[in-house]
Amino acid sequence: MNIVDALLQGILLGGQYALFAAGLSLMFGVMRLVNLAHGDIGVVAAYGALAVVNVFVVSPVFALVVVLPAAALVGYVVQRLLLQRTLAPSPLPSLLVTFGLSIIIQNVLLMTMSADQQRLSLGPLDTAAIRIGDALRIGVFPLGVFLLAAIVLLALSLFTSRTQYGRLIRAVSDDPSTAELSGVDPRRIYAVATAIAFALVAIAGVASGIQTSFSPTSGSLFLIFAFEAVIIGGLGSVWGTLAGGIILGVAQTVGAAFAPAQQVLVGHLVFLLFLAFLPNGLSRKKVRA
Amino acid sequence: MTMTTPKVHRWTRTSIVGVAAFGLVAVVAAVLPFVVELASLYALIDLFILLILAVMWNLLAGYGGMVSIGQQAHIGLGAYGIVVIADILGINPFVAIPLAAVVSALLAIPISFLAFRLAGGYFAVGTWVIAEVLRLVIVQVPGLGGGSGISISSLSGVDRILRIVYTYWAALAVAVIAVIVAVILVRSSRGLALTSVRDDSIAAASSGVRVAYSKRLVFVVAAAGAGAAGALVALSSLRVQPDSVFSVQWAAFMIFMVIIGGVGTLEGPILGAIIFFVLKQIFADFGPLYLILLGVIGVVFALFIRQGAWGLISRRGSVLLFPVGYRLDKPE
Repeated sequence: MNIVDALLQGILLGGQYALFAAGLSLMFGVMRLVNLAHGDIGVVAAYGALAVVNVFVVSPVFALVVVLPAAALVGYVVQRLLLQRTLAPSPLPSLLVTFGLSIIIQNVLLMTMSADQQRLSLGPLDTAAIRIGDALRIGVFPLGVFLLAAIVLLALSLFTSRTQYGRLIRAVSDDPSTAELSGVDPRRIYAVATAIAFALVAIAGVASGIQTSFSPTSGSLFLIFAFEAVIIGGLGSVWGTLAGGIILGVAQTVGAAFAPAQQVLVGHLVFLLFLAFLPNGLSRKKVRA
Repeated sequence: MTMTTPKVHRWTRTSIVGVAAFGLVAVVAAVLPFVVELASLYALIDLFILLILAVMWNLLAGYGGMVSIGQQAHIGLGAYGIVVIADILGINPFVAIPLAAVVSALLAIPISFLAFRLAGGYFAVGTWVIAEVLRLVIVQVPGLGGGSGISISSLSGVDRILRIVYTYWAALAVAVIAVIVAVILVRSSRGLALTSVRDDSIAAASSGVRVAYSKRLVFVVAAAGAGAAGALVALSSLRVQPDSVFSVQWAAFMIFMVIIGGVGTLEGPILGAIIFFVLKQIFADFGPLYLILLGVIGVVFALFIRQGAWGLISRRGSVLLFPVGYRLDKPE
């Protein structure tokens, strides 16, 4: 029964990882850019939500009303002012700038927020659970995050595949210069994609801040989990990303059931197994880097 | 009219001066222990370690096109390697430095097969994950001190002054070797192949360059260098702590040095290491503020001064301090 419980918790945790991964994957898909500050943006959003909660005494869910648009705006501006200048066939400039941003964000948070663990609270909802039988308990909040992740990923998938704007994003992703010939400004598309990615990671950061805790340096691990979910799932596939998040989550919780306190290591090892034996991930699509 | 074959030469006036100056600096550095005080020697060990790391990271990223943020994996392997080789196997710690480098290089071969499945930005994060895995595995080993680390005891009988002087000479020797290896590699046809792989791996492959082999070679060489640097870190601090030797901060420092010095040049990382060393001496006590400063300077260089400090000085590569280019003589 213990394993079934771990499996269930892992699946739910996977939703959160998929939320972290979606933005990373979107930015890579559109711009071939890996944002090394991705996790740190999520942490900043969590601190932002904490500030809103403290000032207006509202639930963190309502804090999203402020944090989400703010994150999207920051994403738009960061892309136009910084990331756009780094786009090149070589990944070096964008990695340098985003790694620099990551160091700046973590240390600004360390200076201004202290190194202590912080947590966002939903009150009684934090620990509310649905009982199934005698031994199984499903946390209401983790279940909510999982459903939210599924809805967000579905919306993202429909947005890119069905809408006019989604078509533009795909066109620019495939061939920016040809898209430009048809009157599209790739820089605008890139900025919008970055805005969406930042909003996605903001949701993930706030959700994670409610479920566990966060500190100024949590962003590194968020980035790594997002990356592992993307690679396990396979590049360029929204549903692969959800599956990748779930596999990572299950690996961690089942791993913790066998070897307590080793959940992160077990997750890494499962990731390396995928890298060794299924390098294109679950979706098996080959994507040019 | 007779056809004359144009003469190709590789040494320039500046590279003759540069190599002579490099030799002179190395000789002067070698006799420094007889002149300067111990604290300065101790600081210079740090400079040599930084220089080794910068030169090696530049080989990876500047010539091999592999942006790694996981080189701390090899620093950690070198540091723990010297603990095992010197303390547990009982080999002389200074003989153990090259052995630790070899261990790090050998382990880089299987690591490369995993890491090379990823490209570009994902390669960067992948190398970081591998470094994390090594840290998390090593802290499980009780014989290596677990999470709190382990001290090196095989030097405990040696007089403190002698120990620091020996470590200084060892660090100097590794730094000189690192620069020479980098020059030879870049100067060779393999170096040319690497540069072509960095710029366009498909075109390089179609011109007969063995892309994977070339990249793996430089990955292994860089791992050996970082391993030797890790062994020196262990010897100079006499203690190996997993969170410190496997810290991603090493990657940040390597990137910073290479970027402000000038990526893809041999002189840039050396200059970058010196600039970083000076900044560290002045600002390191400021903690997070110092790291914010490094981050801001790094971002500004990456955005606006791509050629780095050496690029500014050398007027975009027209001055070479090492004989690596090809120059064609004008026919008379």
